[in-house]
Amino acid sequence: MKTVIRALPALAAQVAQIALFAALALPAAARAGEESYQNYDYALAPRRIAADTYVLVGRNEDFTPRNGGNIVNTAFIVTDDGVVVIDTGPSRRYGEQLRQAIARITDKPVVRVFNTHHHPDHFLGNQAFAAPTLAALPGTIDGIRRDGNAFAENLYRLSGDWMLGTEAVAPAAPVAAGTQNFGRHRLEAIADLGHTDADLVLLDTATGVLFAGDLLFHGRAPTTPHADIAHWLAALDHLERLAASGRVSLVVPGHGEVAAPAEPIRQTRHYLRWLDATLRQAADDGLDMNEVLALPLPPDIAALAVSEAEYRRSVGHLFPAIEQEALARHGGRP
Amino acid sequence: MRKTLRAAGALLLLAPWLALAAPAAKPPAAPDPLDSARWEDMRRQLFADAPVAFDARIKVSAPSMAENPLNVPITVDATALARDLPGSVREILVFADFNPIVQILRFYPGQATPFLGFRVKLQQSTPLRAAVRGDDGVWRVGGAWVNTTGGGCTAPSVGSASPEWQRRLGEVSGRLFARATDGGQGQERVRLRIVHPMDTGLVGGIPAFFIQELVLRDGQGRDLMRIEPNEPVSENPVFTVDLAGNDTRRIQVSGRDNNGNLIQAWLE
Repeated sequence: MKTVIRALPALAAQVAQIALFAALALPAAARAGEESYQNYDYALAPRRIAADTYVLVGRNEDFTPRNGGNIVNTAFIVTDDGVVVIDTGPSRRYGEQLRQAIARITDKPVVRVFNTHHHPDHFLGNQAFAAPTLAALPGTIDGIRRDGNAFAENLYRLSGDWMLGTEAVAPAAPVAAGTQNFGRHRLEAIADLGHTDADLVLLDTATGVLFAGDLLFHGRAPTTPHADIAHWLAALDHLERLAASGRVSLVVPGHGEVAAPAEPIRQTRHYLRWLDATLRQAADDGLDMNEVLALPLPPDIAALAVSEAEYRRSVGHLFPAIEQEALARHGGRP
Repeated sequence: MRKTLRAAGALLLLAPWLALAAPAAKPPAAPDPLDSARWEDMRRQLFADAPVAFDARIKVSAPSMAENPLNVPITVDATALARDLPGSVREILVFADFNPIVQILRFYPGQATPFLGFRVKLQQSTPLRAAVRGDDGVWRVGGAWVNTTGGGCTAPSVGSASPEWQRRLGEVSGRLFARATDGGQGQERVRLRIVHPMDTGLVGGIPAFFIQELVLRDGQGRDLMRIEPNEPVSENPVFTVDLAGNDTRRIQVSGRDNNGNLIQAWLE
C-alpha cells in the first residue's frame, strides 16, 4: 500500500491521502449501506426484489466486531394479512432495526416470523418480535433450545457489543410441511435437511421467490458445523427439481446475492462435492489432520468469499468422521 | 494508572532479587520466542537444572485458530533436528503452558521418524510446545501459539455419557500407508485410532481415565516406538507415526490405560 502511494505523482498521492482521511473521519452513521460500530447501526436497507417482497442482503464475510454479524440475508413479505418475516439476524439490535426497517415500508403488523434453521445469525433477532409470531421446524426449535445461548455467547466473542442484551428465544409454533395463506401470498413450506438436521425452505407461489435458507450459498463458501453432506446434496437435488418445474423465478440464499436458482445451486453443490472428495482422498492417502488443513484450494473454490477460513473450519467439523471410516475399513484385529 | 502502579510495585519487589541474581555465573536465558508469561515456570517445573535451548528445527504445527477445543490437531516434527544433529532426539515431551494439565504426552521415537500427529483438548489459548531431549542431555524446544474458545478439558467426554464405549473400550482401527519421502526412500506411515474416553478427571464425578502407554512393535516383536499419553490427549485418540523403510508388513499395537485395561491389536 505504502509503495503504491509513493509511486503516484505527488498531487494524486495527496488527494488519495486526503480521501482516505475523510473516509475515516466521516461521522459513522453517514455512509448509507455501511454498518457503524460507533452507534451500532446496521444501516439496514430493504431492497424490493418482487411484488411485496423485500430482502436485506448481508456481507459475504465472517462475523467481526466491524460488521456486527450482518453477514446473513433476512427478508419479509408485506401481505394483506400482515407482514411475514424470514429470519431475524444475528442479534437483538439487528431484530429491532429490522422491525424499524419494516415499519418504514408498511404500518401492517408482523404476523409471522420464520426461522429457517437453528444457526445464530438466523434467529438471534427473535427477541424483537412478539413470541406468538415465531415459528420454525420442530428440529430447529429443539436446536435453539439446546444450543441457542451457547451460540449467543460465541457471537459475543466474535462480534462484541453489537450483541448487547441478546438472548436466544426459541419459537413456540412448530411448522409442518404444507401451504399457508397470507393474504394473496400462498407460502409452501418444505422441510428438508443437510445444512443442519432441520432446514426450512419457503416458496412464495404468488411471486415465485424461493427462500432457501442456508441450503444455498452464493459467492461465499458454505459453512458446515452441523452439516451432513449426503443429505445436503440430496436437498440440492430437491431444489433443482423444484426450479425445473418452472415455479421458481428467484432464490434468496442464506448468504450471498439474490439470483436465479441455477447458479447458487451449482456453486453450493460444486463446493460440497469438492470438499467431500478432498477429505475422503486425504483420509485414503493417510494424511494427518494438519496436513489436510494445509492443502491448497483450487482456484474456483478459492474464488468464493471466506473459502480459506471455511475450508479450515470444515476440516475440523467433517474430517474426524471421514478419517474414522477410512481407518475402520482396514481395522485392527486383536 | 492502576496498571502502572501495580507494575511499579512488582518492580520494587523484584529489585532485591534482581540484585542478588545479577552476579551469578549463568548466562542470561534466551527470551521465549512465544513470549509466554508461563515460560519461566515451565522451564523450572519441567527441566529443572537441565540445559534448555529454543530450536527452530523443531516444528509444532497446529491451526492458529482452533475450531474445536476438544479436538485440536497437533503435529510435532523434529526430523530436521535429527538430520542435523544425530542423537539429538531420544525423547519428545509435548506440553501446553496454559492447560490445567500441562504435560500432554511423551514420545520415544525409537526406530520411528521423530514425527507425531495427534489431537488434544485445550482449556484456553496457549503455546503448544515440543521439548526434545538428546544424548547430550539438552532439551531443545519448539512451539506455536494456538487460539481457541476453550473449555476442552472441563467438558465431559462423549463416551462418558454413552454405554457404547464400555463394549468397545480399547478397540483399535488403523492402517499402514506406503509413502515416498523427499529423499526418495520409502516410508511406512501408521495411522491408528483407539476407542477410549480419555477423561481428564476435571469434570465433576468423572475420574481421570486415560491411556498411559502405547507401543508399536514389528512382526518379530521388536519395539519400534513408544508413546506415553496423558489426560489432555483427545477422546478416541488418533495417532500418525512414520516408520523409516517400507518393509514393514505387520505392526503390533499394545498398550494399557490407568485402570489396567490392555490394548492389543495387529495392523497390516
